Amino acid sequence: MTISIDPQNTNNESLQPKGWLRYFSFSLDHKVIGIQYLVCGFLFYLIGGTLASAIRIELASPMSDFMPRDVYNQVLTLHGTIMIFLWIVPVVNGAFGNYLIPFYVGARDMAFPRLNAVAFWLIPPSGLMLVASYFVEGAAQAGWTAYPPLSITTPQSGQIIWILSVLLLGGSSIFGGINFIATIIKLRRPGLKLMQLPMYCWAMLGTSLLVVLSTPVLAGTLILLSFDIIANTGFFNPVLGGNVVVYQHLFWFYSHPAVYIMVLPAFGLVSEILPVHARKPLFGYTTMVFSIMGIVVLGLVVWAHHMFTSGTPPWMRLFFTIATAFIAVPTGIKFFNWVATLWGGKISINSAMLFSCGFIINFVFGGITGVALAQVPFDIHVHDTYFVVAHFHYIVYGGTVFIIFSSIYHWFPKVTGKMLNEKLGILHFIITFIGFNLCFAPQHWLGLNGMPRRVAEYDPQFQFVNQISSLGALLMAISTIPFLINVFISVRNGKYAGDNPWNALTPEWLTSSPPPVENWKGEAPLVEEPYGFGKEISEQK
Amino acid sequence: MLNKNVYLILIISLVFAISFWIGFNVNLLPAEASINAPIYDELFKILFIIGLIIFIGMTIAVIFSLFKFRKRNDQVGDGIALEGNLSLEIVWTIIPSIIVLLIGLYSYNIYDRMGGMKELNHNHEMMSSNTEKIWAGISQTSDNEIAINNLSIEVSAMQFAFLFNYPKGNFISGELHVPVNQKVSMKMESKDVIHAFWVPEFRIKQDIIPGQPTILNFTPTKVGKYPIICAELCGPYHGGMRASIIVEEASDYNEWFNKNKKPEVNL
Repeated sequence: MTISIDPQNTNNESLQPKGWLRYFSFSLDHKVIGIQYLVCGFLFYLIGGTLASAIRIELASPMSDFMPRDVYNQVLTLHGTIMIFLWIVPVVNGAFGNYLIPFYVGARDMAFPRLNAVAFWLIPPSGLMLVASYFVEGAAQAGWTAYPPLSITTPQSGQIIWILSVLLLGGSSIFGGINFIATIIKLRRPGLKLMQLPMYCWAMLGTSLLVVLSTPVLAGTLILLSFDIIANTGFFNPVLGGNVVVYQHLFWFYSHPAVYIMVLPAFGLVSEILPVHARKPLFGYTTMVFSIMGIVVLGLVVWAHHMFTSGTPPWMRLFFTIATAFIAVPTGIKFFNWVATLWGGKISINSAMLFSCGFIINFVFGGITGVALAQVPFDIHVHDTYFVVAHFHYIVYGGTVFIIFSSIYHWFPKVTGKMLNEKLGILHFIITFIGFNLCFAPQHWLGLNGMPRRVAEYDPQFQFVNQISSLGALLMAISTIPFLINVFISVRNGKYAGDNPWNALTPEWLTSSPPPVENWKGEAPLVEEPYGFGKEISEQK
Repeated sequence: MLNKNVYLILIISLVFAISFWIGFNVNLLPAEASINAPIYDELFKILFIIGLIIFIGMTIAVIFSLFKFRKRNDQVGDGIALEGNLSLEIVWTIIPSIIVLLIGLYSYNIYDRMGGMKELNHNHEMMSSNTEKIWAGISQTSDNEIAINNLSIEVSAMQFAFLFNYPKGNFISGELHVPVNQKVSMKMESKDVIHAFWVPEFRIKQDIIPGQPTILNFTPTKVGKYPIICAELCGPYHGGMRASIIVEEASDYNEWFNKNKKPEVNL
């Protein structure tokens, strides 16, 4: 409990490069690793976004005319894989987790700094390998779900590289998860109780439990799948007596919790941002903690709702309907609590706040379609259609990516010591919000009326609505421009932020911006009330 | 205080009124052409209205807070130090739980009416064996009609086509012809990868799985031609893997059937 300085870490510090070069080194500083995760993730976001644009260009016309059909399937496979495993999971967990968790528990670094660096450095090579597989024999083309027998019968090299890459990324994720659990449980500053931790710690604790419990199942499944591909075994190959539905169970046992691995950290981040900019304590701390743990438990027993039209017996369909729909209860509590946090505050309408509010609105919409999709009879019609595509983009883009941007506006001053430009930030929000809704809202109608997902060609009656959607995608692509300009200008010429520009109370703001290597010059501060807004005033009265 | 409550009730009833109006007047679904379709649309309408109420309510709450509680230029200091309200939190735990539970029970009822909870069996005298294990599908009957009256069709799916085998007529067709208002029972199997059989106008979908037959039963109610769409990624031409189902009057169907019928070969 008393490890607050890792002696190896500080010894090594003198050998580490200084300045911007340290971001290209095997640094053990959790802050450097956090930024490495963020920038690396953002570069892959740009690649994944380019692939998404290619998909929307193809779908602007009903014929398959923009790229060859097999390339289209490679593009949609890479888009899904990159966005999940190289952008959202590493950024909401790795980037913000590494940067913030040691501050929040009052530690100088993560519990295992070396493992931490290894976890990050697994990402760039596996990502590059995945992208490069396109130039070998074509990338994987069985979708990010890689269902056999399609994944067994499509060109092998792409699929094998895909499996290897996802295994390495899963390994990175497990290392990160172990590190977060150890740091939150064991490295807390003396005197800091669990129920005094900022909410993001709880979100990361829950997320890391999910990572550690479910990612090994995916790893095992993909290893069996690779045996089927290269060694002609018959685990999932029906020709050799294998069972394709078993693969789906094993795959979704990880990949449904993966949704919570992508949204729970975002729930944590928004819980840090809203109280600061609304100048009010987080509403219902205890219920928030219990709802996170409720989501973790329920999240592990809902996977078969991805398989309602597969080979599933009726009782199983019913069980998973009820379990899935009940996730709406703890999730709903969180949203009511956030709105109650806003209520009666003194809200600064800035970029961080707008992106957080955009998140609430988008995620509520995605959550409602999620409860509908949980109902077996409803799902049977819209499963594997654009309705589902729209639903999960409302969750992961409208939800998590909005929070990633919100967090960047919130913590940029801490990381760089400079403020981001608010006007460009608000412009970024407006274009993103309009573009996102224009792109994905019409897709619900497409799915209901007969457009399946993962198609390069479709019924011409859907052309107009698809073009609206593609227009929205264009706006989303444009929205990146003001953001990038803002970052590049502000990092050099931005207004000086000072240590605590938002007057926040969580421990990362109680040090200089950017923080020193050891996080605080003196002893780590003991923050018993990370959300104690309005307290001093009422006490003075 | 009384004034505030009056406004609150007024806004809530307005949200309900708008949601119900949209729910009953905006149709987002394609034509209804099977017994399943009106049952599905009933569920859709209920979920749509509940969803609208929650979505509009939450959006108004967020936007209203941003306007009403925005920080004015002359303001300093923090908002009220309100850390929670246990009774309020219990209320918004229990009410969603009840709503979710009721939706679950209701969709169970819908699923049962669609025939989802029935024992699955494919009545075809030539090939069915009682030991065959069939996992999936919807089994839907319009009334207590006996399964013998069913039209049995065997569907095989492959990259990138559906083939429909009519065992009684001993022929295979690329187009699915069925008579209106008669229960059709399909046994489906894939020759290569996973496909799915989806007819949007019927609101039914079932994966077609290699090595594991699936069953799909339905009763069309409206004469017409509808698309059959493959809904599971099955390769480069997945988007082009479509067929047609032609629902016709019994007399037209019989004419088509007799034209294609081939004499049985006695071995």
